[in-house]
Amino acid sequence: MTFFDPTKLNELLAVLPEIVLVIWALAILAFDLLSARGVSRRALGILTALGLMGALVACVPAALTAASYAATDPTKLVVLGGLVRFDLYAFAFRGIFIVGAALTALVSIDFRAARAGGEYYALLLLATVGMGLMAASNDLMLLYLATETASISLYLLAGFMRDTKLSAEAGIKYFVFGAVTSTIMLFGLSYVFGLSGATQYQVVADRLALSDSKLLLTFSLLLVAVGFLFKTSTVPFQWWAPDVYQGAPTPVAGFISTASKAAGFAIMLRFLPYVFSPVPSHYVEGSGVWIAMMVPLAILTMLVGNLMAINQSNVKRMLAYSSIAQAGYMLIGVAGFAASFGQNTAETTNALAAVIFYLITYTLTNIGAFAVTGIVAQRVGGDDFKDFAGLSRRSPYLALAMVAVMLSLLGAPPLVGFAGKFLLFRSALSVAAQFNNPVFIWLVVLAVAMVLVSVFYYLRVVLAMYTQRAANDAQPLKVSAPVAWAVGLCAFGVIATLLAIYPLWELARAAALSLML
Amino acid sequence: MNSINGLPLAPFLVVAAGLFVIGLYGALARKNAIAVLMGVELMLNAVNLNLIAFWRYVAPNSSAGLAFAAFVFIVAAAEAAVGLALIISVYRNLRSVDPEKLDQMKM
Repeated sequence: MTFFDPTKLNELLAVLPEIVLVIWALAILAFDLLSARGVSRRALGILTALGLMGALVACVPAALTAASYAATDPTKLVVLGGLVRFDLYAFAFRGIFIVGAALTALVSIDFRAARAGGEYYALLLLATVGMGLMAASNDLMLLYLATETASISLYLLAGFMRDTKLSAEAGIKYFVFGAVTSTIMLFGLSYVFGLSGATQYQVVADRLALSDSKLLLTFSLLLVAVGFLFKTSTVPFQWWAPDVYQGAPTPVAGFISTASKAAGFAIMLRFLPYVFSPVPSHYVEGSGVWIAMMVPLAILTMLVGNLMAINQSNVKRMLAYSSIAQAGYMLIGVAGFAASFGQNTAETTNALAAVIFYLITYTLTNIGAFAVTGIVAQRVGGDDFKDFAGLSRRSPYLALAMVAVMLSLLGAPPLVGFAGKFLLFRSALSVAAQFNNPVFIWLVVLAVAMVLVSVFYYLRVVLAMYTQRAANDAQPLKVSAPVAWAVGLCAFGVIATLLAIYPLWELARAAALSLML
Repeated sequence: MNSINGLPLAPFLVVAAGLFVIGLYGALARKNAIAVLMGVELMLNAVNLNLIAFWRYVAPNSSAGLAFAAFVFIVAAAEAAVGLALIISVYRNLRSVDPEKLDQMKM
């Protein structure tokens, strides 16, 4: 075994975006430290966004190489000693994380939290590194390490406003729940290691297929699933979300609710089918459990998220429950993926691609929603529904952007959120037809009913902005240029992505296919 | 393979599971955030005991188990540092480290 093999240098392409981001995070810290006092926060935020764009550009040649490997020899996809799988699936998720982080960096410029300096932006970049590795991880060890890299950075970001009670509370709550659930996941991983004697997913799966200790396998699967459910804020591990989102700096809350949730789906959708494989030739005892649990989890998560969101007076808490509800919709796709895995590749690909597509649209939309809420909180002094009163007169464009993202979260037809929901429900219905399984029809019926419920709370914001009047109605609301750009990009994305639905859907399908090579 | 020097694998796993349950109880039931952190550390130690025992009994020829345990140490240290920093920031704001007093946010 050698430590350095020049012929394998090209394997580093698999983690090229992460390499760029780590270097950039260190550069941001150094820049902040070395430049004379008075380095503007605006410059730091814009530099961070530029670095993220650099990482996004770095994804392109790497993803093309991955695609060419996939076409010639899929066994070459597992690289770096088996730690990482070099596939389009990982790169599609990296795109979500990087775009989410770049928008968050721009939105943060105007916020009090970010004034603390370069460490805020460095932590944001390191969290993105952790998420990218989560999506690519092909090894129990890297799975845990990457998850913790992302989580520990996010704990700090959530508690970043040290002088604010709410933020300190959000930080410690996120930390306590996160640390306990990730350790439970790790305990499960230690049993998976013990039952197989290996850490690389493919080897683990081969050995687990020979094992017959069904009880221990099921037990370890449930322990590992706790970590996934926490990350995706799925019932019954969703109760941290409202408190953390409300207390955390608003751009950070937007980032946790989108990129971190996407990262949770990324690790879940790779680990479960790879390690607890339900494929008959490779059957691992206990894999039926994760397939069976997705439908009840989807139902519970949709119900809890939507019903709890109705009664909130604080917009950030409403958005927190709404993001739980959105996870519920995505779990319908996950359930379809689980039910068809190993039996019908077309259905599996469609369901997985629908989840990835939904995550892309949801990330754009939700970061926009949190950004507008953050601007209102910053300028008006609160983030309750009443603080949105008169926004249509104080800042018509901001109000319009908020209408666009709310309607897209709702899934109203001309916006991109509709396409996401349509593709998800279509994949569920075709699973129902293909496997003669009426459960999926009822899932879609429930989801549509829940979308109708969500009209109440999404439109409450719109009503507050357009029908209620505030005392200082005539006073325009100031928004600084980079933040306006970020919000504009989100709103533009929500509307204009419609024109790019076909390429995006093809990308999501290619990503889904690459997972199953 | 099932017994080294006359000692089977099972006792290690039982001790680790016991340690984990004690740690989990501590993390969920204690009224002091520092005690919660200690509970988490206990759970991480249980994981390490598991990993080392499994390495010795199941896969002694690969270094994966050892490396895994070493990484868990590192993460535990990072987590403790961040956890204590957050606890100090909460204490400065609220003059208390009781998780139940953290109820600034209500529905």
